Amino acid sequence: MRKIRAIGVKELRQIVRDRARLVILIFVPALLLLLYGYALNFDIRDIRLAVKDQDRSTESRELISAFVNSGYFQLIAVVERDEAIVRLIDRNEVRAALVIPPRFGRDASTGRRTTVQVIINGDNANTATTVMAYALTLVSSMSARYEVQARLGSPAGPALVLEPRVWYNPELRSALFLVPGLIAYILMITAVVSTALSIVREKEMGTMEQVRMSPIGPLAYVVGKSVPYFVISLLSCIGIVLLAMALFGLPMRGSWAMLVLAISLFLVGTLALGLLISTLAETQQVAFQIALLMSYLPTLMLSGFIFPITSMPPFLQVVTYVVPARYFLVALRAIVLKGVGIEVFWPDLLALVVFAALTLSLASLRLKREWA
Amino acid sequence: MGARLEPCGEPMNAIEVEHLTRKFGAFVAVDDLSFSVETGEIFGFLGSNGAGKSTTIRMLCGLLRPTSGTARVGGIDVGRDPEGVKRRIGYMSQRFSLYEKLTVDQNIQFFGGIYGLAGDRLARRRAFVLDMAGLRGRENMLTGALSGGWRQRLALGCAILHEPAIVFLDEPTGGVDPVSRRQFWVLINDLAHNGVTVLVTTHYLDEAEHCHRLAMIQAGRLAALGTVSELKNVFAGRRILEVRAGNPVQAMRALDAMPEVEKTSIFGTAVHAVLRGHSDPAALGSRLEREGLAGATWMLVEPSLEDVFLDVAQRSAAS
Repeated sequence: MRKIRAIGVKELRQIVRDRARLVILIFVPALLLLLYGYALNFDIRDIRLAVKDQDRSTESRELISAFVNSGYFQLIAVVERDEAIVRLIDRNEVRAALVIPPRFGRDASTGRRTTVQVIINGDNANTATTVMAYALTLVSSMSARYEVQARLGSPAGPALVLEPRVWYNPELRSALFLVPGLIAYILMITAVVSTALSIVREKEMGTMEQVRMSPIGPLAYVVGKSVPYFVISLLSCIGIVLLAMALFGLPMRGSWAMLVLAISLFLVGTLALGLLISTLAETQQVAFQIALLMSYLPTLMLSGFIFPITSMPPFLQVVTYVVPARYFLVALRAIVLKGVGIEVFWPDLLALVVFAALTLSLASLRLKREWA
Repeated sequence: MGARLEPCGEPMNAIEVEHLTRKFGAFVAVDDLSFSVETGEIFGFLGSNGAGKSTTIRMLCGLLRPTSGTARVGGIDVGRDPEGVKRRIGYMSQRFSLYEKLTVDQNIQFFGGIYGLAGDRLARRRAFVLDMAGLRGRENMLTGALSGGWRQRLALGCAILHEPAIVFLDEPTGGVDPVSRRQFWVLINDLAHNGVTVLVTTHYLDEAEHCHRLAMIQAGRLAALGTVSELKNVFAGRRILEVRAGNPVQAMRALDAMPEVEKTSIFGTAVHAVLRGHSDPAALGSRLEREGLAGATWMLVEPSLEDVFLDVAQRSAAS
């Protein structure tokens, strides 16, 4: 116990002495939160729209105002010719164009099939998908109205009305969605990279050899080294949640105890992953690259942090099952945004336990071989 | 295997090595090594790079399991109880294994801590190390800011904080200035006087003269073992002629061509020629002049450890 404490105290002193590491552990998370919270905005509003109305009927004007009044589209130009649309899109003056065919009004009001064309700039696939979804919703609700009108012979409301209610994040603010992801991301960086680098650094400096010559087992060494990072990462996460509550109005609907439990479970796994990497690498550079590949990239791309898992190709969706951050994110969002109880996300916590157990046993296996 | 009862009392030898062998795959790093080190002895371990010195030390410290053979350190079998060995020994390696970003005091606290020292004992040992290393008043300096000699003495201090009976020093004086090296050897002698057994590897053959006994390792095997004067006895019946000439390489070629000369080697600006039997050095000298090496001076010298080392290395390489 005394030996473990000696290692922990030493590690903490090294972290405090090493300004760069301290900054990485404490200030970078806050910086990332601000950066992602303010700059990384996936909300799409005021899509610039051009309209080519070949009909100029009441119905066509209704369709156009439906687009504009939705709040998603902003009418920039009314054009006569297709070339104008091409030019506007090429110059990025509009992102989408609505083309209404001649006789649209008459066909629509008599229930005959007619087609409106929506042209979307696909250079940003994410935006394009969102724009397409908006346009589809608008057009289909209009279409439903005309269908009913044609059957009943008089203008009436649609038979089915879709009234969307967005729960937990009613304004669909990206920041709220991102904060849980950011916590996972920060934990991956601090826990995996810091642990891996701090151990490999000792290998490089030769201090590892000196410590191994002392009567201290690998377990005591690892525990002593991990505890400071565990505490710092945990505090850093709680700081992020508090900061997000203050700056972005993040609701903290669930219990703090549950939050700490989820974070701790995830942390044990990530620290063990860092440890595992440290046994695979001989230099800090190699350790950093492996850490990047094994933790940073999957967490960023495959955890559902930024890109929703359900919109990934099936192959990648399968891959996400081995990304621990995926489960952590589900649990975090459940706790922070929904405030639901453990009965909902226990399978995800269980997955984190499996992750922790797996990395811990792999790491200790490798470590024992290295120390023996 | 059942536990064997050990006879009570201090073992005669601090270190006993029998048929110690370590293989890495097909490569035999340490090959059937046997020797013993008495309590309170300064035992030198000489050998070129890759000769197996470090591998041997790592086995003796319980860091590496022997492939076969046994080694007892402080009466404990390193293969069976490496942790027990680690508690009883101190180790200082060729690189300064201190935390450079911690202060002198923090390093002492850390190494004291991992050896389980605390309270009065830690305070007493801390004072001892600060005095020994001459670091009083510099307790709060960053270790990285210390000069090489100080760091080296602090590293030694940290290695003996827990008062081990046996200390392993793996090339402890590498990269340190000559004055600091001398001071360091004074500390080593003090340790030995207090009954601590010291096993030290070194590249510096002048340093090896400080050792009570020396072992020379060549390709993982024990090539020679004995006191300094015993080792120099390999030249019994042969003599060494030191020749100084303007062009030592030319002198070496001329000497090599003479039948009385067994072999030659360059020592700085001089050439050492090993003479067979009782050949006449004066006759050799005059022949050198005839070879066009006018102005060459020559004299018979006592064999240095370097002569011994080169001789042993060449002979064991030939066999």
